Amino acid sequence: MPKYLLKRIAQAIGVVLVISMITFFILNIVPGNPVQLMLGDFATQETIDRVTHEMGLDKPVVLQYLHWLGNMLKGDFGTSYFQRQPVLLLLGKAFTVTAKLALSSYVLALVIGVGFGIIAAVFHNRFLDKLLMVFSIAGISAPNFWIAIILQIIFGLKLHWFPISGVRTFAAYILPTIALGTRYAASISRITRTSMLEVVKQDYIRTAKAKGLSRLQVTMGHAFRNALIPIVTVAGADLSNIFTGSMLIESVFSIPGIGKLFLDCIGNRDLPLVEGGVMYIAVICVIVYLLVDMLYTVIDPRIRLGGENE
Amino acid sequence: MNNKARDLKNTKGFYRISWGLLKKNKLAMICLFVVLFLTLVAILAPVITPYDPNFQMIKEKLQGPNAKHLLGTDEYGRDILSRIIYGCRISLSVGIVSQLIATIIGFGMGVCAGYFGKKVDAVISFIIQVFASFPFLLFAIAIMFVLGPGLNNLYIALGLLSWTSTARLIRGDVLKLKDSEYIQACIVGGGSHLRVILKHLLPNCFYTLIITSTLGIPSAILSEASLSFLGLGVQPPMSSWGSMVSGAQAYIRSATYYSIAPGVAIIITVMAFNLLGDGLRDALDPKMRS
Repeated sequence: MPKYLLKRIAQAIGVVLVISMITFFILNIVPGNPVQLMLGDFATQETIDRVTHEMGLDKPVVLQYLHWLGNMLKGDFGTSYFQRQPVLLLLGKAFTVTAKLALSSYVLALVIGVGFGIIAAVFHNRFLDKLLMVFSIAGISAPNFWIAIILQIIFGLKLHWFPISGVRTFAAYILPTIALGTRYAASISRITRTSMLEVVKQDYIRTAKAKGLSRLQVTMGHAFRNALIPIVTVAGADLSNIFTGSMLIESVFSIPGIGKLFLDCIGNRDLPLVEGGVMYIAVICVIVYLLVDMLYTVIDPRIRLGGENE
Repeated sequence: MNNKARDLKNTKGFYRISWGLLKKNKLAMICLFVVLFLTLVAILAPVITPYDPNFQMIKEKLQGPNAKHLLGTDEYGRDILSRIIYGCRISLSVGIVSQLIATIIGFGMGVCAGYFGKKVDAVISFIIQVFASFPFLLFAIAIMFVLGPGLNNLYIALGLLSWTSTARLIRGDVLKLKDSEYIQACIVGGGSHLRVILKHLLPNCFYTLIITSTLGIPSAILSEASLSFLGLGVQPPMSSWGSMVSGAQAYIRSATYYSIAPGVAIIITVMAFNLLGDGLRDALDPKMRS
């Protein structure tokens, strides 16, 4: 187990390093001089040259990358060109908002997704199964920004139940949470159903039933436990996707989260903030994937005992 | 030659059986007809649209659905139905072209990893892992930021980011296939790597490519809609369903109808491709058949 985990941690570090390289080099070929953008149209060439030199932007790109990476490892993500504040501080502030939204949506998606998936599998090929699967395929197919707007219209403007923007109150989180969680609830319910249906064909389920266990014991104690691996894979990927998916929801509901911050800095070409934002979210995603892999070893003893599982 | 003839015969049989299975799946067949209908709509857009999608009739702006404009008009007085029909072109073309790019890259990478193995496999598997760890939308936004908005850049960005699942599956298929007797016979008989890959591995991986590309199209369509919604996709005045929803957002109080139609168009298209992809997987994948 430690060997497997060490290998995965080494891989994750490698992935983060490659992502940092790709991010830096891709974003540094963006046309336009960032110093010119920062100083505005009226800056003289002399000022532009001086600031370019001060910021180290006249050095070779490889040196700039190493400098940027070194600073990032020390926790210095640079300073935003336009907001004049440390990037890490801005990202940290926005992240608390996004984390609240993303985690509440995730919990909603897990509860509804797993619940619907199990119910659909138990009532396989009956009306309830078909109804739940229609909802889940619709949930997967609907863009979350559109669901957000429809929720705003129905529950915000027509019924006046919830506010349609900001996150000042608890109630304000409800519509964004539903809008963001729907898609992931749908994908988790589909994989839960498929995985459960695979497992219920196995001999040990027949044995469990033959032993006289109740339907609930067979479903939750035997079938669900063994169906967990594919569910964890999809749910793990969804957790990282939910952080990026929140961008669109934050944009619709004007929520000052990391997504909105990222989209704003893309709009005004605030390079340190864009680079920092990409790395920040990428690292979160890599950590989530790593945690999911660690969770496999807890769920599936074959991985724990036998090294890597294909 | 005998082998080749037998292979060919078997291949035909395989697809004929698959088609038979697909035909039995009513939902998948309905979705196939929806997809064909949407394709026809996209091709015939200039003929069937009641109005020029970019023609502004300011006097008729933000009208609800009526006899003249079946789905109403937008903030510039443009006919929403016509814009949705043209938006279908954008969505389908982005879905198909980006998946074509992703399929070519995915097949190339997957086949090299599986066929050559060892260091090549290790390097490609690592690249796959890096790309799979990319938060998709975030990097699509970053690439569109670098390349600039526009249709061609959308094809490239979405194609470059969505090849990993194809590569993984093809790698798995090739690992199973490369020890087959007919592949070994071709290698022993002096067949070049390219011949083995194109003549033997490609036809045998073809069903995987059909499944992954069909299931990849809906996610590409959703990504295009998301990017266009954020203003990083198709640029005005070109109509895209995502940018139409974005435009409608400002008028949710006064013109509720405006935001509904483009969203419904996205759902129908994405749902049809998803269910067709599921049906194709059930019909084509030997594991699913058994």
